[in-house]
Amino acid sequence: MKIHEYQAKEILRKYKITVPNGYVTENAGEASSIYEKLGTSVVVVKAQIHAGGRGKGGGVKLAKSADEAKELANQIIGMNLVTHQTGPEGKEVLRVLLEEGMDIKKEYYVGITLDRKQSKPVIMVSTEGGMEIEEVAAKTPEKIVKETIDPNLGLLPNQASYLSYSLGLEGDYAKLAAKFFLGLWKAYDNEDASMVEINPLVTTGDGRVLALDCKMDFDDNAEYRQSEHPPLRDLTEEDDLEVEASKYNLNYVRLDGEIGCMVNGAGLAMATMDIIKHHGSSPANFLDVGGGANPETVTNGFKIILSDKNVKGIFVNIFGGIVRCDRIANGIVEAAKNVNINVPLVVRLAGTNAELAKEILENSGIKMIVGDTLRDGAEKITQAIK
Amino acid sequence: MAVLLTKNSRVIVQGITGKEGAFHTAQMLEYGTNVVGGVTPGKGGQKSEHGLPVFNSIKDAVKETGANATTIFVPPPFAADAVMEAVGASLELAVCITEGIPVKDMSKIIGFLRHSKTILVGPNCPGVITPGVGKMGIMPGFIHKPGKIGVISRSGTLTYEAVSQLTAEGLGQSTCIGIGGDPIIGLPHLEAVKLLAEDPDTEGIVMIGEIGGTAEEDASLYIKENVKKPVVGFIAGQTAPPGRRMGHAGAIISGGAGTAESKMKAMREAGIYVCESPADIGKKMKEALG
Repeated sequence: MKIHEYQAKEILRKYKITVPNGYVTENAGEASSIYEKLGTSVVVVKAQIHAGGRGKGGGVKLAKSADEAKELANQIIGMNLVTHQTGPEGKEVLRVLLEEGMDIKKEYYVGITLDRKQSKPVIMVSTEGGMEIEEVAAKTPEKIVKETIDPNLGLLPNQASYLSYSLGLEGDYAKLAAKFFLGLWKAYDNEDASMVEINPLVTTGDGRVLALDCKMDFDDNAEYRQSEHPPLRDLTEEDDLEVEASKYNLNYVRLDGEIGCMVNGAGLAMATMDIIKHHGSSPANFLDVGGGANPETVTNGFKIILSDKNVKGIFVNIFGGIVRCDRIANGIVEAAKNVNINVPLVVRLAGTNAELAKEILENSGIKMIVGDTLRDGAEKITQAIK
Repeated sequence: MAVLLTKNSRVIVQGITGKEGAFHTAQMLEYGTNVVGGVTPGKGGQKSEHGLPVFNSIKDAVKETGANATTIFVPPPFAADAVMEAVGASLELAVCITEGIPVKDMSKIIGFLRHSKTILVGPNCPGVITPGVGKMGIMPGFIHKPGKIGVISRSGTLTYEAVSQLTAEGLGQSTCIGIGGDPIIGLPHLEAVKLLAEDPDTEGIVMIGEIGGTAEEDASLYIKENVKKPVVGFIAGQTAPPGRRMGHAGAIISGGAGTAESKMKAMREAGIYVCESPADIGKKMKEALG
């Protein structure tokens, strides 16, 4: 689960990591009083959306007076912000974060994430603050310094110190940066983060080292023990249909194609998307209805798929393992009766009692095409929508 | 002989008295698996609904039954500890079916695991089956047929799809290993490939991967240098957008890494027979065997 910059900085404060003074608001009218409260001659007004690249899209501005702060907040709140991460449709800004201005000496990068190859967390620092780390890794990999963290020992003081000196920091700055890294590890570890990224990390003329920006992503599997995280979820950042699907415990990802897919199991669901592409069409979604595929999940699945107006046909591909296909077939028939399916429907069932299931589908009186194999089903649905 | 699950495996079930554990124990027994008991702390001394002895700990189970393998059906908050219990009792094989274990929990135990004598398969996997011998997990036994093809896959139903294609082509399976869909797993593709490559009863290998991480690339490199048996490969998620998790916790393209193209390229360079379509897995293996 992703969270906003202002929420991530709130978490950093808990771990005594230095972040700029700042306040978030949804009301532009409050911006001038926040300007006064911050007390610096320059105040930064930052749009709060999950996507990166906000500055380039016009979502980050400098205010030099209380009136200007209000004016800029007014401009940014409600604007449709387009960045390289939002896609061309952009994202409506609902709130801004106002922060103290500062005398920045230099910008750096620090991030912690899982190194899947080693199955351990890794901390990365770079002198190329403000740039995307993937870009730095591709063009100048020598400018990234990494340390693998033993998850049972945590980031060690000697590692933190090594990282800060490798950035070319000296004196108190080096000490403060090392302290920053240790705090950041603690936040990553305690909060069950899957990624935390400070870009940029800055040194200031008045001797501070602080997080100018922060991105944080949590491990969804750990939600049961992170009771403070669920309220941080911002549903306006998510696709409406995906939010709806999650209420039914369906794993749904909206795509931009034309064939809706309903599948049991994540791997087969991806493979079903792939075979649709292979046969010349494109998938409208990823949808894993889980192992059971009962009438309720299938009904909800149909509803979600049909809410996407790009859908021209539906391909149901279920491999009945332990659950018998005849039961799944009855479920599909029941679901199809509850939902008005006004596009071609191809159903392919494989596994236990597949033959019996085929009979049930064919004699149901519901308009559908039965697919025999994965290939047959994919061919039939791509033909049916032509 | 097959690998991992053999005629010598004496299997226990951790979480045998839970709903999932009890149901799948019955299925495993029906398939002919040598299940010798189960573990549920606090219920030691009782009999399970299948008439099997229940123990408070794996150590007790080992003492009484000589168990050397375990199938884990324990809820996510306790699953990593359940794996460590198997490691502590020096079992040869632990198959962890549990989905939803926090990454941090797995990260903390993986170092111990790699230095122990226990091989962990999973978590978040369908399990291991050696057709005709037994199954440890949740896969439907009847689609399998004893034979000479080893199957490795991160997912459940896609593995069943591949297996049923093989069976339809008349190709039976030596051992099918569902290695799991999480970002941290006990037996990555590379290690699973090594086992099947060295198994005299396996003549061909099906390796199914998916987007996320670089485990398929690592395995491909090994195959290129070391494996003479034909390998057929498929990567799921060719149409998945970057930055989105596709069901499995590990199935995500992030920072440009973990794409299907990169994996398919590595597989082709290793001489693996790569299927563009998931419907070609069985057919391709038939061709590869000549």
